[in-house]
Amino acid sequence: MRDERINRVRVRTPEGVVFTFPLAGPVTRCIAWVLDSIAVATATSVVSFVLVWFALVSFDFTLAALTVLFFVISTGYTMAFEYFWRGQTPGKRVMRLRVVDAAGMALTPGQVVVRNLVRVVDELPVLYLVGGIAMMVSRRAQRLGDLAAGTIVVRHRPVFEPDLEALIHGKYNSLREAPHLAARLRQRVPPVLAAAAVDALVRREQLDPDARVALFGELAQALRGLVSFPPEIVAELPDEVFVRNVVEIVHTRPATAGMRGSTAR
Amino acid sequence: MILDLHHFVQEGRPLWDELDALLLRLETGGKRACLDLEEAKRLHYLYQRASADLARVMTFAAEPEIRAHLESLVGRAYGEVHRHRRTDDRWAVWRWFVAGFPGAFRRRLGSFWMAVVATIAGAAFGAGAVLFDPEAKPVLLPFDHLLGNPADRVAEEERDGGSDGAMHATFSASLMTHNIRVAILTLALGITWGFGTLVIIFYNGVILGAVVADYIAAGQTTFLVGWLLPHGSVEIPAFLIAGQAGLVLGGALIGRGDRAPMVERLRSAGPDLATLIGGVAVLLVWAGIVESFLSQYHEPVLPYAAKITFGAVQLTLLAAFLILSGRRGTLLTARRGGAGA
Repeated sequence: MRDERINRVRVRTPEGVVFTFPLAGPVTRCIAWVLDSIAVATATSVVSFVLVWFALVSFDFTLAALTVLFFVISTGYTMAFEYFWRGQTPGKRVMRLRVVDAAGMALTPGQVVVRNLVRVVDELPVLYLVGGIAMMVSRRAQRLGDLAAGTIVVRHRPVFEPDLEALIHGKYNSLREAPHLAARLRQRVPPVLAAAAVDALVRREQLDPDARVALFGELAQALRGLVSFPPEIVAELPDEVFVRNVVEIVHTRPATAGMRGSTAR
Repeated sequence: MILDLHHFVQEGRPLWDELDALLLRLETGGKRACLDLEEAKRLHYLYQRASADLARVMTFAAEPEIRAHLESLVGRAYGEVHRHRRTDDRWAVWRWFVAGFPGAFRRRLGSFWMAVVATIAGAAFGAGAVLFDPEAKPVLLPFDHLLGNPADRVAEEERDGGSDGAMHATFSASLMTHNIRVAILTLALGITWGFGTLVIIFYNGVILGAVVADYIAAGQTTFLVGWLLPHGSVEIPAFLIAGQAGLVLGGALIGRGDRAPMVERLRSAGPDLATLIGGVAVLLVWAGIVESFLSQYHEPVLPYAAKITFGAVQLTLLAAFLILSGRRGTLLTARRGGAGA
C-alpha cells in the first residue's frame, strides 16, 4: 500500500484489485465528533435522570454510581461503538466515516483501545489542537491516536444511483446512422475521455453558459478527431448534442443483437 | 474497449446490493452478527465479484460514480474478509485477565523495569528534597492533608479511627476514575517517544518519596505503612504498569534495535498496550475500593498489623499473579509451536 495523493489511500488486495479510500478531512471528522459529544451528553443526562431517584435511598451510592457511569460512558462510548460497529460511531455513521486499519483491514480490539486512549493527548490543550495539527502534518490525515494504533479514518461514498439513462436515452442519435463508424468509435474512445464526457453531461446545468459552450466545444473537438463521420450526419450537430450522442454510443449496447459481441463484456 | 454501462450495472446491481446488505448486517449487528458457513462463502463470492467488477470498470470505463461505489463496497468487504483479528477467545474476560494481562506484562518486562527505575529516581529526589529542604514540601505535595505535621495528622486520624462517616462509595468512585484517567494519560503520553510518560512516572515517584520521607522522619512509619500498603500494594504497581505501557508505545515509535517499519512495530505493540491498560484499570478499581473502605480506617478501629498483613499478602499475590499466571498456557502454546515447526 502507498499514498497516492494526500487525500486518498490506495490498497492492493491479494486478488490484485486496487481500490482507493478517500480520507476523511478535519471538517467532517469535527462534525462527527460534535454529534458524538451530543450523544454522550444525552446519554449522561438520561442516566442522571434515572439514577437521581435512587438518591432517596442512598445518596452516597447514587453519587458513586453517577461518577463511575459518567466515566464509563465518556471513555467507553467511542471504543464500544467502534468495536461493535466496525469502526463507526453514530456521529461517524451520519457523516459516512469509518475507522479502518491503515492497510484497509478491519480494526482489532487493540487498535480501537489505543486510538481512543491516545485521544487524551490529541485533545490537548483544548479542542483537539494537538490532534488537529497532527492531522494537518500527517500525509494520511492521522491524529496521534491514529498514528499509534495504525488506523485511518475514511469516507464512504453514498450509494450510487446512475442517472445516465435520463441523460441520453430516448433521444434520436444520428451517429447510429453509420453503425460501422459507431462501432469504431466505441473501440477508440479512451475511458478517461468518455468519463469526462459523462461528467460534463451530468453537470451541464451547473455550468455558466459560456463555460458550457467552451467545455463541450473542447470535448467535441477531441471526440470528432477519433472517427470521421460523414458530414451529412454530424455537420449540423451542436457540440453538446454530438458529445451526448457519443456517450450514448460508447456507454450503451446497440439495439441490434449482432453488435453485442463488440462490447467489452 | 468501453463497457456497456447499462448492462454492467443491471447485471451487477443485485449482487452489489446483496453485498451491501450483508456488510450492513455485519456492521450494525455487533457481536451477534455472525455468519454461518454458507453466508460466509456467499460473502466471499460477492466480494470477489465486486472486486472483479471494480477491476473491469477501472480498466474499461473509468466511470467515476460506479467506480467510487464499487471501491467503497470492495473496501468494506476487504476489511471483513481480511482481518488481523484472531479469535474472540482472546477477549473472553476471564482468560484475558488471568492469561493475557500477565503474559503482556512479562513480554514487555524491560519497559516495566524502566518505569521502576524512573519511579525510584523520582522517589529519591522527592525524599532528598523534603529531608534537606523542608520548604520544598508545599511545592512537591499539592495535597492539603499532607502539608501539615505527620504526627498531628496521625493523632487526628486515630482519634476517630478514620470512621468519620465519610461518603466512602463516592470517595472510592472518585479515586478509581481519577486514577484510571492518570493511568490513561501515562500511557497516551508514550506518543511523545516515551518522554511524557517518564515525566509522569518520575513525578509520581517524587510525591511518593516526599510523603514516605516526611512520615518516616516524623517517626510515623507504622502509620505510613498501615495507611499506604493496603491500597498502594496494588495502586503503585498499577501505575508502574501504566508507565510500562507508555514506554512500550514510546519504544515502538523509536524502534531502537528493531528493523521492522514503524507501522509494523506499532501494530505488534497495540494488543499488548490495550491488554496492559485494561489490566491496570481492573487493578485500580480494586485499589480504589481498598483505599476508600480499608486504608482510611486506622487504629483503634483497625489494627495496623492487620492492615500491613493485608497489604503484604496482597502484594505477594499480585507479584505471583503477574509472574506466574497464564505461564502454563504460554509454555504449552510454545511447545505446540515448536513441535509444529
